[in-house]
Amino acid sequence: MSKSKPVLTSSLGKKLIMSLTGLFLCTFLIVHLIGNLQLFKDDAGYAFNNYAYFMTHFTPIKVVSYLLYLSIIVHAVYALILTTKNKAARPVGYNQYDGKANSAWNSRNMGILGTVLLVFIVTHMQNFWYQYKFGSTPYVEYHTELATGNQEIISLDEIPNDYIGYQSLNDGTIETVKSKDLYRQVAVAFKNPLLVGLYLLGMAALAFHLIHGFQSAFQTIGFNHKRYVGIIKWIGIWVFGILIPIAFAAMPLYFYFVK
Amino acid sequence: MSGHMNLTLKVWRQKNINDKGQFVTYQAKDIADDMSFLEMLDVVNEDITRKGEDPIYFDHDCREGICGMCSLVINGRPHGPKYGITTCQLHMRSFHDGQTIVIEPWRAAAFPVLKDLAVDRTSFDRIQQAGGYVNINTGGVPDANTIPIPKRVADEAFESATCIGCGACVAACKNASAMLFVSAKISQFALLPQGQTERYERAQAMVDQMDAEGFGNCTNTGACEAECPKGIKLTNIARMNREYFTAKFFRQEDIHA
Amino acid sequence: MLDSKVPAGPLAEKWSKHKFDMKLVNPANKRKFTIIVVGTGLAGASAAASLAELGYNVKTFCYQDSPRRAHSIAAQGGINAAKNYQNDGDSVFRLFYDTIKGGDYRAREANVYRLAEVSVNIIDQCVAQGVPFAREYGGLLDNRSFGGAQVSRTFYARGQTGQQLLLGAYSALNRQIQKGKVKSYTRHEMLDLVKIDGEARGIITRDMVTGKIESHEGHAVLLCTGGYGNVFFLSTNAMGCNVTAAWRAHKRGAYFANPCYTQIHPTCIPVTGDHQSKLTLMSESLRNDGRVWVPKTIELAEKLRKGEIKPKDIKEDDRDYFLERKYPSFGNLVPRDVASRNAKEMVDEGRGVGKTGVAVFLDFAEAINRLGKDVVEAKYGNLFDMYYQITDENPYEQPMRIYPAVHYTMGGVWVDYNLMTTVPGLYCLGEANFSDHGANRLGASALMQGLSDGYFVIPYTVGDYLAKIGNFKPVDKNHPAFEETRKEVENKINQLLALKGSKTVDDIHKKLGHIMWEYCGMARTAEGLTKAKGLIQDLRKEFWSDACVLGENEEMNMSLEKAGRVADFLELGELMVDDALNRNESCGGHFRLESQTEEGEAKRDDENYTYVAAWEYKGDNQPEVLHKEELVFENVKLTQRSYK
Repeated sequence: MSKSKPVLTSSLGKKLIMSLTGLFLCTFLIVHLIGNLQLFKDDAGYAFNNYAYFMTHFTPIKVVSYLLYLSIIVHAVYALILTTKNKAARPVGYNQYDGKANSAWNSRNMGILGTVLLVFIVTHMQNFWYQYKFGSTPYVEYHTELATGNQEIISLDEIPNDYIGYQSLNDGTIETVKSKDLYRQVAVAFKNPLLVGLYLLGMAALAFHLIHGFQSAFQTIGFNHKRYVGIIKWIGIWVFGILIPIAFAAMPLYFYFVK
Repeated sequence: MSGHMNLTLKVWRQKNINDKGQFVTYQAKDIADDMSFLEMLDVVNEDITRKGEDPIYFDHDCREGICGMCSLVINGRPHGPKYGITTCQLHMRSFHDGQTIVIEPWRAAAFPVLKDLAVDRTSFDRIQQAGGYVNINTGGVPDANTIPIPKRVADEAFESATCIGCGACVAACKNASAMLFVSAKISQFALLPQGQTERYERAQAMVDQMDAEGFGNCTNTGACEAECPKGIKLTNIARMNREYFTAKFFRQEDIHA
Repeated sequence: MLDSKVPAGPLAEKWSKHKFDMKLVNPANKRKFTIIVVGTGLAGASAAASLAELGYNVKTFCYQDSPRRAHSIAAQGGINAAKNYQNDGDSVFRLFYDTIKGGDYRAREANVYRLAEVSVNIIDQCVAQGVPFAREYGGLLDNRSFGGAQVSRTFYARGQTGQQLLLGAYSALNRQIQKGKVKSYTRHEMLDLVKIDGEARGIITRDMVTGKIESHEGHAVLLCTGGYGNVFFLSTNAMGCNVTAAWRAHKRGAYFANPCYTQIHPTCIPVTGDHQSKLTLMSESLRNDGRVWVPKTIELAEKLRKGEIKPKDIKEDDRDYFLERKYPSFGNLVPRDVASRNAKEMVDEGRGVGKTGVAVFLDFAEAINRLGKDVVEAKYGNLFDMYYQITDENPYEQPMRIYPAVHYTMGGVWVDYNLMTTVPGLYCLGEANFSDHGANRLGASALMQGLSDGYFVIPYTVGDYLAKIGNFKPVDKNHPAFEETRKEVENKINQLLALKGSKTVDDIHKKLGHIMWEYCGMARTAEGLTKAKGLIQDLRKEFWSDACVLGENEEMNMSLEKAGRVADFLELGELMVDDALNRNESCGGHFRLESQTEEGEAKRDDENYTYVAAWEYKGDNQPEVLHKEELVFENVKLTQRSYK
C-alpha cells in the first residue's frame, strides 16, 4: 500500500480539503450570525460593541479566528488548484454544452460564486475588521445607572487621545463602558447604497454557493447515507442556503431603510 | 407510414489525432423517425461515400446499448437529448424536421480524438487494470454458494456493475472527471464479500491511476449521474471517497511491514 | 475421415482421464511460450487470463477499443450449469442429455459431456471474481428455467448476464495485463494466419488506427472470434462482428464445419425499413409469460396492418395462439427453431401484423391480469423499456410485435476434442468453433461454452501441444512465412482500395443478406439454394468490379474495414449454401422443406447425415472438399424431437 500516492496530492485529498474547510466556514457562519443579531437590538450598539470586543480579544476565539482566515485562504487556493486541473482535463471545449439538462447552475459555477464571495469577504473585512483593529472608528461611552437602568451615551466621531482600549468599569452605582463604536461604523457604512448592493450580492452568492456546497461537502467526505442525505440537503438549502443569507442580508437593509 | 424529416448536421471532422479539426455541415434528407440516430448517420455516410468523400468515422458496435462503444455529444448532451440511453438507442423521433444537430466527440484530455467522432478511451482500461479485479486465478475457488450474499447487497453491487464504460460521465462533467466510472467498479467490489481482500488497496490504486490519466476532479454537480445511460448513482462516488479515505487514514497503519 | 481425438473410455471419465494423459509444460518453461489470442469475448478473455495465470506470455487482439466491448456482453438471458442447487433433478448427465437433444443429435457426445461437466466450475469461478449473479432472499444463488428446460439451471444477472460474465473475464484479463503477462492490442484486426512448416506460428494484423500491417509471432494461435451471423447483414450481432479471422484461417487449412447451422431467434424486434442496421433481440424468457398470436384471418390481419383496428379490438375467438394450438404440451416454450419457423409460416400465410406485416404478436395481457403489472414489470421491466425505446409502443398496453432474427451460428471452424483445428497449433474457442451445440443451441448455453473453453479446457489442451512441440525457442520472426503472408495481406488491401465502382460496400452486404435470409434462412430448398449459389457468385463478381472503397490504408478507414469483412462474407455465404444443399435433412436450425413429416415438422435423416460436414478450402474458385466426421452416440438414443 505504501506505493500509493500521499493523500493530499491526490484528487480526492484535495477535494477533502475543500470539503473540510468549507464545512468549518459553515459552522463559523452560524456563530457569526448569532453575534451579529445584536445589531438588531435597539440599544445604540451597547450589546454589539461588547460582543465585538469579546470576539477580538478572547484568546480561544482569536485562535479560532486565525484558523478561520487560514481556512478561507486554503479553500480559495485549493479551489484555484482544482479548477486549473479541471480546465486542463478538457483542453478543447464543446461547441455546444447543455449543462442545464443535467445539473444545477450553481453547482457548475461554484468558482464564480466563490470568487464573488472572496471579493465580498475582502471588502467586508476591510470595512469592519481592519477599520476596527487598525483604522479609524467612532468612539462611544455608555454610562448606565445600575439602580434604574438609565443610560447616558457619549458618542464621539473620533477616538479620544486618552483612550487606552476597551474598558468596562463598575463603581457600584454606575457601569461605564468605553469602547470603539463598531455599531455606528456599521450604521454609517450601510447608508451607502453601493455597499448595501455589494452585501446583497455577496449574500446571494453565499446562498447559491452553500445550497450546493454544504451537501457537496458531505458527499466528498463520503457521507451519503440514504437515511441522512435528505436532512443534509434540507439543512444545506433551508439553513445555509436561505435562512442564514437572508438573516445576514437583513442587516444592511435594516440600517439602510430603518435606522 | 412514419414521418420523414430533413436535418442539418454540424459534425466534427478531424483527420487524425494530430489534426486540428473543424465542423463540417451536412444535410440529412428524408430521415424516417423510426431510424436510430446511428442509422441516420449510416444513411448520411452512404451519401458521402457515393460522392467519393471520406465517411464520418464514429464508434459503434452492438447497437443495443450494452457494449459502450458508441459515444457522441449531440446538441450539447452526451448520448443525445434523452436520459438513460446510449446514442445507439436514440431514435430520430426525438428530433423534428428542419432541426440543426451539432455532433461532437467526447471532449477530455484523457480521451484524445482519434478521428472525427471516435476517441481513445484506453485510459479507462488502464484504470481497471490498476485494480478493478479480484486477485484469484482460474480454478481452486470455493463453491459458488459457500458465501451467502444478502439479496439487497448483491443487487446494489449489480447496479454498480452495470457500468458500460462508455465515458458519458466524463463527457458530461464540466471537469471531465471520471469519478463515476471509477467509483462504480470500486463500489461493486467494496460491497461484495469476494472483493474484501484487496478492498482498500484497490481504491487507492484505481484513484491513483485515474489521477495519472489526467481526468478532472468531481465537483458533485451530478451531471454524470443524470447522463449515465445505465443510471449509475452518485452514491458510488461517496462510497469511493469513503473507501479511499478509510484506506488512507485508518487502514494503512494496520500493516507495519 | 476426420479424427476427433476423443479419448477412449466411459463418457463420464473421458475428460478426467484425458487431463491426466496430457503432457504438462514445466512451470519454468511456460514463460518461454507465447500464445496469441484473437478476440476478447468470453472465450478469448477467459482463455487469455487463464493461460497468463499459468505463466505463458499472451497477446490478445480485438477490433474494439477495449476488450470489454466484445459482443458476449450483449447476451441477456443467462448461463446454464448443472449445479442442481434447486434440487429439481438436474445433473451433469441431464445437462449433457438436454444439450445433445437440443442440438438435434448433431453434436459430439464427448465435447458436450465435458461442457456439462465443467459448467459447475464456471459458476464458482465467476462468483469468486465478483460477478453479481441474481440471488434469493436467503443470499444463495437464484436460478430460473430457461428456453423450455424442465429444470431450473440457469444462473443470471438480471437481463445482463453476458455483460457481467464478460466483465468478470475482462477483470481477470486486466489483472494479467497489469502483471505484464498479457499484452493487449485493441483496435487491431487479424487479417491472416502465418504458418511455418504447416503449424500456426503467428498472425498478421492491421492496426485500425494507423493502418500499420503488423506481424505477431506465437507458439499457438487461439481464434475466439465469435460467430458469423452478420453474413445475413441483419442479425442480432454487433455491427463489427465478422468472420474474417476464422475465414482467413480456413483458407490457410482450417476446415470449416456445418456452416449452414444458424440459429434464428424468435423474439426479436421486427425490421422497420431499409435503413435498418441491426436487429435487437429480446430475451426469450419473455416467452415464459407472453403468448404468441396472430389474427385467425387474413382480413383481420390486413385491417391491423392498415391501422383500421387495434390489436385489442380483435376478440379472443378471432385470435390464433398458434404455438399453443400446435404444441399443446410445450406451447409458447417450444425451442427457438420451432417458434421461429411457425412465425414465418404465419407471415407467409398473410397473417403477419405490424405495418410491414412481418411480425407476430407476443401478448402480456393475460400475464398482467394473472400476475399483476408489478410482477410483470419486476420480471421483464428492462425488456419492456427496451422495446418501448425502440418501437415507441408500450408493451404494457398493447402486445409486442416480434419476428425471428439471426442470432447465433452453431457452425464454425472444425476442432477436435482438444479444440485444435486441422492446422496444428491453431485452436478455435467459443462461438467461432462448431463443437458443442450441434444443429441447434439451447438457450443459456453459449455463455457456458465460451467460458468452459476458455477457463477450463484450453489451459490443459494447449499445454499438451506446447509440451509436445517441446521447442522453447522463440518463433523466428524473420522466417520468410511472415513476410510472404504480410505481402499477401497488403496485396489484398491494395486490391480493395483500388475498387472505385458505384456500389457502397453496404449495398453489396445488404444484397448478400437478402439472398441468405431468403434462401438459406429459416427454411431451405434445393432449388432455392442452387439459385442462391448463383446469385452469390454474381454478387461476388459485382463486388470485385463495382464496389467502392475509399481512402487509404494509413488512416482509420471504415470503408476499408467493412470491405475486407464483406469480401469474406461473400465467400462464406457460398459455402453456407453448399453445406445447406449437401445436408438434405431437417435438423435443428436447418430446415429443409424436402425433409419434413406429414405434419410439417422437421424430419431428421440419421441414416445418412449423422456426421459433421467439415469443408476444406482448395483455392480460389475451387469447390471446397467435404470431409465427414461420423457422430457416434453411445450414451443417448436418437429420437425425433416432438413438442406436441
